[in-house]
Order: sequence, then C-alpha cells, then structure tokens
Amino acid sequence: MSTTRVAVIGSGPSGAYTAQLLTEESESPVEVDVFDRLPTPFGLVRYGVAPDHPRVKSITTSFAEVFEDTPGLRFLGNVHVGADVSIDELRSHYDAVVFAHGAPLDRRLDVPGEELARVHAVREFVSWYQGHPDQSAEAFVLDGRRAVVVGVGNVALDAARMLVREIDDLRRTDIPEHIVDAFAASTFEEVVVIGRRGPGFAKFTNKEFIELLEVESTDIVIDPADLELDAAQQAHVDADPAARRLLTTFRKAADRGILGRPKSIRFLFDRTPIGFVGDDGTLSGIRLAKTSDPSTTEVLETQLALRSVGYLGKPLDGLPFDERTGTVPHLDSRVVDGEVVVPGVYVAGWIKRGPNGVVGTNRKCALETVTSVLEDVAAREHTSTASTAAEVDELLSSRGVDVVDWHGWRAIEEAEGATGASVGRERVKLHDRDEMLRVAAAHRSLVGAPGHG
Amino acid sequence: MVYVVTEACVDVQDKSCMQECPADCIFEGGRMSYINPDLCIDCGACVTACPVDAVFYDAELPADQEPYLELNERFFAEVETPKSGRKAGKIFFDVDEIAALAPRGKA
Repeated sequence: MSTTRVAVIGSGPSGAYTAQLLTEESESPVEVDVFDRLPTPFGLVRYGVAPDHPRVKSITTSFAEVFEDTPGLRFLGNVHVGADVSIDELRSHYDAVVFAHGAPLDRRLDVPGEELARVHAVREFVSWYQGHPDQSAEAFVLDGRRAVVVGVGNVALDAARMLVREIDDLRRTDIPEHIVDAFAASTFEEVVVIGRRGPGFAKFTNKEFIELLEVESTDIVIDPADLELDAAQQAHVDADPAARRLLTTFRKAADRGILGRPKSIRFLFDRTPIGFVGDDGTLSGIRLAKTSDPSTTEVLETQLALRSVGYLGKPLDGLPFDERTGTVPHLDSRVVDGEVVVPGVYVAGWIKRGPNGVVGTNRKCALETVTSVLEDVAAREHTSTASTAAEVDELLSSRGVDVVDWHGWRAIEEAEGATGASVGRERVKLHDRDEMLRVAAAHRSLVGAPGHG
Repeated sequence: MVYVVTEACVDVQDKSCMQECPADCIFEGGRMSYINPDLCIDCGACVTACPVDAVFYDAELPADQEPYLELNERFFAEVETPKSGRKAGKIFFDVDEIAALAPRGKA
C-alpha cells in the first residue's frame, strides 16, 4: 500500500492539530513532516499565549505526546519555507502541503508619526517579553511613565497586564530572567487602553478582564459615563452574550472605584488615534480625536505606544494571497488561485480564516482541512509520488539547513528546564536563536545521526 | 479557575464545544455535557462554540447557576471517565439534580 506523505508548514496550534488529525483520521498510512522556521515547536502557544496563563500553555503537553507517540510524524524546525526550500519544491516532494503558518504581520494605524521610536506593533512587545528569538533582549526599555495600548482585544489586555504585573508573579513564569529584570526596572505607572468605540464593543473576553481586576497592584480606571450605552452599543450588547458578560464586569470595576494603588490601567473609549507626536524622532504623545465628535482632539503624553489592532497574514512566493483580508483564498481549505483549485495545497488556522479564536478554535478548523486532504487522497487514481523522509533530509542537508528535529527540541527544552531549576522555576526560555541551535547541535553530536520521529 | 457547563445545556447537548476543546475535557452525560475541572486548561474555546450560551468562567457564573460549578465537578467524582471526552462518547449518567429536572423543550 502506498503511504501518503504530507508537509505541514507551521507547528503552532493549527499545524499541530492538522498533523495530529491527519494521522488519527486517515484510513490509509500517512506520514507527516511538520516544518517550522523556528528551532522550537508550538508557535503562538509558546510565543503568544500569555506567560501568566500556564494552564493554557500546558496544551503543549498533549501536542508533545502526539509528536512522541505517532510513528511517521516528524518535526523539522529551523527550516525557512520560501528561503531554504521553495513552495514548488515542497509540492513536488509531498503528496499534499498544508500551510498553517499563521498571521505574522500587523495591521497599521496609518497615521502620521507611526514610524517614531517607541511606537510598536503589540506583537513586537509580546515577542520580546516571551523571549522570541526575532526580538533582541534590548528591544524594549521600560523607562517611561505612561504607556498606551491602542486596541481592545485579548492581546491588548495581555500587554497592559504584563506592564503592571507584580514581579513575583513574573518570576513564576517561563520568561527569560533578563526580561523579568527589565520589568522589575520598569518605571511605568499607568497604562491607557484606547478603544475606538465604547465598552459595549470591547473584544477581550470577560475572563481576561476578571483577571485584570485581580492584579493587586493595580487600579482599573473607567469613566462611569462611558457605561451609559448609546443605542448602537445597547443593540450589540443585547445580541451578544459575551459583550453582556463583559459589561457586567465593567460595571463591577467602575463600582470598585479607585483604591489608590501604585499602578493603574485606564480605559479610554470613543477615541480614534489620529497621530503620534515626538521629540527628536522619539514618541512623546499620541493625538486622539473623539470618535463620536472628531473635531474634539487632545494629545495624551506617553512614552510607549503599542498598536494592537490586528494581525495579518503574509504573502508567500508561489501561494495565492488576498491582500484585503490578509489570508490565502480557499474552498473548503483547498487553496484556490482565482477560481481554480491548486492541487495538493491546503490551508489551516489563521492564514485560512484570519486571526481570530482561541487555541481550540484551530482544532475544528484543522479538522475541516484534514477532511479535504483525506477526501482528495482517497479520490486520487495514482499512488503516492512523494519523496521519502530520507530524500527530504538529503535535500535540506545539501542546502546546509541546520534542521532541529524533535530530539533537538527536547534538548532545548531540557536546557530550559535546567536554567529554570537554577533560579527555582520550572522552565526559563532560551531567548537567543544561536544558543538554541548550539544546544540542539551539541545533542546531535552526542547521539550521532539525526533522529527521526 | 475553570469553565463550567450550566443549565442551558440540559436536553440540548449541541456538542460543538467538544469539537473545539483542546484539552478534550468535555464529557457528554445523559442530559447535559460536563467539563472536567482537572483537565480544563482555561482557554475558553467552549464559550464561543456554545450556541446556547451555556458555558461560563467560574468567576462570572450568574448567581442562579453557581451550583453548576459543583455539579460539573461531582459528575467526575461519581462516574469513571477516561482521559478523553471525545473518545468516551455518550455516558448515560447525570448527577442527581440534573436527572431530576423536568424535560426541557428542544432549543
């Protein structure tokens, strides 16, 4: 019987679920190679899910079990699809290629001053404190007094919470020690979270907001007048149970009032950012207009601005792309170019449906993708034309790609455990890519040939 | 802190939540589904998946639904369940309070 070989691009939740479900659901033998441009698996579970949400992060345990226990499932980390190997090459080496590489770009506000120093996409800040190798240890210096976060989603709230979190709480997480030190040295006293519309349209979940109220060092400041909803907000809240729950918590927060705590998070609604002002190229303020009355403007002094207005997919050479939605066009997860299905190419996760939902949302999304892949496999009239695993290894090695396989990742993980143990934590992430590669290579030289599986 | 299935699920059991739960911690009982608090990882996928708004974070439970925190927990104390809700399939059991409820109209 012929074994179907599938490449999955990206090892975050959607890629991991795609790999798992392919092997679980298929009635004929399937082998899956999961590629990641990073030496480490799990994408945004490792680098997106907030460090003070360890229970959500613990989903990696079940992903890891799948990688450990499934014959024919491999992790090929540190491989940059599009640079190390082209999409056309992947298509010729595999029966099917599933793109699950997420939404690695950011929407901009497109207002004057956005290029000033200390105006950042929230992703840069999140990546930095999560110890993502794309952000240097020195990328942020927290020496201002007031930070602003533009946007009212869960990521905005994560960033705001991290800026006020007690240092002892951060020392229980897996973030690198030099990042904890940077937060310990922070002089920020206030974070202003800016929403274009009113609280009725806030996008973060009630759970995130409840957690914010539990941060003991911090006052939550809300103008009670903002909680008198206009007709549009009222209609939205009436129709959306999530918005209703959130509003209950807003009211609780307003009732609690200001308790004189050392730090505060202030919600500023009905404000549209219309520009940033700076001194010598560095941010000093954000210019805001009232959304409901654009002639009323103000400048709010600030030393750090994070825009959290949405992630965007990234166009890849050889893959169709819809600039407007920032996603890859598809029919039932099959990639389409115009009206034509591109044979053997599929999408899953954020690159397919846009940046929304939580970890589990990707399971359902991946199941749709896997169903289409397996339907096509069952319908095809020829046997597998894929290269073998060894042939793929040869190709990558001939290009000098330093592949980090599952064993390499486990070596990195062990090093992170050891670093953690030295400071009384379960794990402390390695931040530097070269260091990760050194650890993985040292392991390889210890055990000999690269392991599969 | 965990998520809790409440009364709105009784005799509805849409099960969309089970497809999206990354921890596979939602189990289909006789008349409602139950979240295993020991397995729940707090992600909240079930809240948005639920078409009848039956799932709450424990800290946001409406007052009249607060008993469901304990009912969800007790289900797993009273009946033997495997690690996976999806593999377990339907379990013909409910905690007493749920079994005693009058039948609900289908939503």
